[in-house]
Amino acid sequence: MAMLERSFDFIGTGRKLSIVSAIAVLISLGSLLFNSLELGLDFTSGSLVEVGYSESVDVAEVGSLLSAAGYEEALVVAFGSDQEVLIRMPVDESLSEVEMAGQLVVLGESLLATLQAGTTAEVEIRRLEFVGPRVGEELAESGGMGVLVSLGMVMLYVGARFQSKFAIAAVVGLMHDVILVMGIFSVFRIQFDLTVLAAVLAIIGYSVNDKIVVFDRVRENFRVLRKGTPAELINISLNQTLSRTTITSGTTLLVVLAMLFVGGDSIYGFALALTWGIIIGTYSSIYVGSTILLLLKVTKEDLMVQAKEGEADSRP
Amino acid sequence: MQNKFPLWKNLLILFVVLLGAIYSAPNLYPDDPAVQITHESEPIDEFVMATATDALRAEGIEFFGEAIDGRSGIIRFSNLDDQLRGKSVIELAVGGGYFTALNLAPTTPDWLQAMNAGKMSLGLDLQGGVHFLMEVDMEAALERRMDNTVSTLRQLLRSERIRSRALDLEEPNLIVARFDDEESRSSARALIRESFAELQTVNREQGDNFYLDMSLTELDILQMQRDTIAANKTTILNRVDSLGVSEPVVQQQGVNRIVVELPGVQDTAQAKRILQRIATLNFHLEAAPGSPPSSYTTYDYEGMLIDVSNEVILQGDRVSNVRSTLDQTGLPQVAINLDAQGGEQFSRVTRDNINRLMDIVLSETKTRPVTVQGENGEMITEQETYEEKRLISHATIRAALGREFVITGLTTTEANELSLLIRSGALAAPMYFVEERTLGPSMGAENIEQGKRATVLGVGLVVVFMFAYYRMFGLAANIALGVNLLLLIAIMSIISATLTLPGIFGIVLIMGMAVDANVLIFTRIREELANGLSPQGAISAGFDRALGTIMDANLTTLLVGIVLFSIGTGPVKGFAVTLMIGIFTSVWTAMVITRAVVNLMYGGRQVKRLSIGPYV
Repeated sequence: MAMLERSFDFIGTGRKLSIVSAIAVLISLGSLLFNSLELGLDFTSGSLVEVGYSESVDVAEVGSLLSAAGYEEALVVAFGSDQEVLIRMPVDESLSEVEMAGQLVVLGESLLATLQAGTTAEVEIRRLEFVGPRVGEELAESGGMGVLVSLGMVMLYVGARFQSKFAIAAVVGLMHDVILVMGIFSVFRIQFDLTVLAAVLAIIGYSVNDKIVVFDRVRENFRVLRKGTPAELINISLNQTLSRTTITSGTTLLVVLAMLFVGGDSIYGFALALTWGIIIGTYSSIYVGSTILLLLKVTKEDLMVQAKEGEADSRP
Repeated sequence: MQNKFPLWKNLLILFVVLLGAIYSAPNLYPDDPAVQITHESEPIDEFVMATATDALRAEGIEFFGEAIDGRSGIIRFSNLDDQLRGKSVIELAVGGGYFTALNLAPTTPDWLQAMNAGKMSLGLDLQGGVHFLMEVDMEAALERRMDNTVSTLRQLLRSERIRSRALDLEEPNLIVARFDDEESRSSARALIRESFAELQTVNREQGDNFYLDMSLTELDILQMQRDTIAANKTTILNRVDSLGVSEPVVQQQGVNRIVVELPGVQDTAQAKRILQRIATLNFHLEAAPGSPPSSYTTYDYEGMLIDVSNEVILQGDRVSNVRSTLDQTGLPQVAINLDAQGGEQFSRVTRDNINRLMDIVLSETKTRPVTVQGENGEMITEQETYEEKRLISHATIRAALGREFVITGLTTTEANELSLLIRSGALAAPMYFVEERTLGPSMGAENIEQGKRATVLGVGLVVVFMFAYYRMFGLAANIALGVNLLLLIAIMSIISATLTLPGIFGIVLIMGMAVDANVLIFTRIREELANGLSPQGAISAGFDRALGTIMDANLTTLLVGIVLFSIGTGPVKGFAVTLMIGIFTSVWTAMVITRAVVNLMYGGRQVKRLSIGPYV
């Protein structure tokens, strides 16, 4: 039998930690409900202009310059260095689509002219984005749809390859991960844009990978080991996969942290979501998945029956 | 012999790695900024090239690699500034009839090009440029089509002497006709069924009046939407061509949207103006003498004042093809083809109006800044939308015209201009920008730099860790990781995927996750060793028993990748593509390359201890 020097009581700790998990999920859900998400331009619609100056610039001055020129709704924030500002403008809902399009055609030019007139420094428009109201709405819808469809597909696959209790445990674990990642963006008011949504979906992919490796070992031990309660067998499986779980999370964290620290501003949200998601996903693969499996009273028979049927079928 | 691949397997692996190296190699050769010169009809010759290069020398702009490639000429520059200045200098020097476009000229060696090896194209976020999402106003398209039908119906009923009290478009998809008696309604209905097969007709009585409701079926509306977007796409393509951009993208997205991507475009305002030009083309008759002033509009046409009737006899979206040609005697003319319904409509009108003058009016919706006084007396600049109408053709109808007719009596230049105006001037339906992303070229370069740094640092850390932890097996995993990167880039180059910033980070993420398969195998081998298996037996058992787990784990990730691909747009799609290809290459390299390297290290000989880090 496999003997490892170290053996942790994951099941016992998991029971205690499940309270922590439950509280964290509640806080996240509460924050998502009442605080909601600081949605990025991709979802909210509006205009965003990144402007570069040849010398340092005062954000407040740019703001007053713009409101004097008729852009009252413009929100100016510092971005990157003191030579860059980010200007956000909401969509004027009272305008028709033709008028919006008409405004957009000259937005960059007229903005540049306004800003250039107020300074001796050289002004350059580095990035301009505009997202119309309907596009943003549709994107948010398809994003939510994507998360649900992914969870559904994972549930079907795990249900077919393993067993329904494993499918439920996997999906509960994944929902835990998604809620906590989105929760951190909501609690700390970090901007949630399209790349963060992509990161959330990538985390589902990563985390399900992690959970399946554990489940795979649980299935094997349930079939191979004769002795032991389900709790003991799951604990053995978790100990056996622990080194792989930590090493894989570690290497993936290494690259994600590299992105977070040297990847630049435009990828910050993406890298942050991945970093947090990998930590949460690793934790939930070890503790949440196993706790749910035990809650569902998983037994050896759950997996044995399937295997015997398979053998019987393969005989002529 | 245990843990030894047969020779053919090793050769096959070498072959795959070699293919990977060849097809990822083009990415090492960055494109040169270049200017492409073409002519409308003639190939570019040495003389034109000499004119262009002389002009560049006179201006002191450095260039190289001037060459004639098929029908076009290419001149290369060492940087983007020279390229931009060079373009305007060349434009001035070669004169009219020639088109110059900014381009990227490959520097890939010939033998690679001969093998069809290309590179990944860079997304807009890496090289700068504009991305537009334009939406076609289908409501307006339907209304315009039905308006058109109403005016044709009126003429039809009039010419068949059927009296109707009223005939109006009441809703975007509902034409209502009112008749005095049942008889005229039924003859009108029969006639409409015959000439307008696509219209559904329903009888309705109310009070003393007999109504006929006419509408298009869902199916016909769908067909119309498909035609409309196809026509708009063609128009946009023509307009994009006139911008002279290298590798533009014009794609339909969903049922009513068109994506336009213009890499490297700097003057985005100009691009937007040209793309968004909401222009419509209408055919009118010249107003009959003595018409009431409210029924016509006066236009200035080559210095003459022309009164054009307000009634539209044909709309521009009925035009299916336009070209400028020469007639039998060699005189320039513009040949116009109409679609079936347009042809019928046109022949009815022209039959009754021979020797009258027909006018073509182009109207464009434009915007201009206007300065108005605000509430507090300050001056505010606002954008105002206005319509600009222009008479672009004024010609006599010589005969009853059908689906094909020509406009003659033009000079060559006039004929060219007119055909271009008709062809690219009119959008079948108005379009709006619903999304825009513009990125300056300096931002693109910055993004590439940051992407590179994160890749090198991230992958470097993983490589160091794997070697430190797994020793010789870590080395095998690192070799597999290298091949993995090579194959990933090769496959992305072969399918000419677009590399975006999220795509680069997808690659980095994949590299971090890719070692997972190796880690699974190595921990298995260590376990088997701890269980007392011989080193050779442990290697073999470790690879075999990890396979199932690796497959399960990666198939689910692949499922998520598919979802990401199907819901994502633009950069997210790029990320999903990278993720999916990466899953395949990761599994393959872990099972085959790592195994091959491990076999080479340990296979077929007596081994006492494996260098796989501490075990037991």
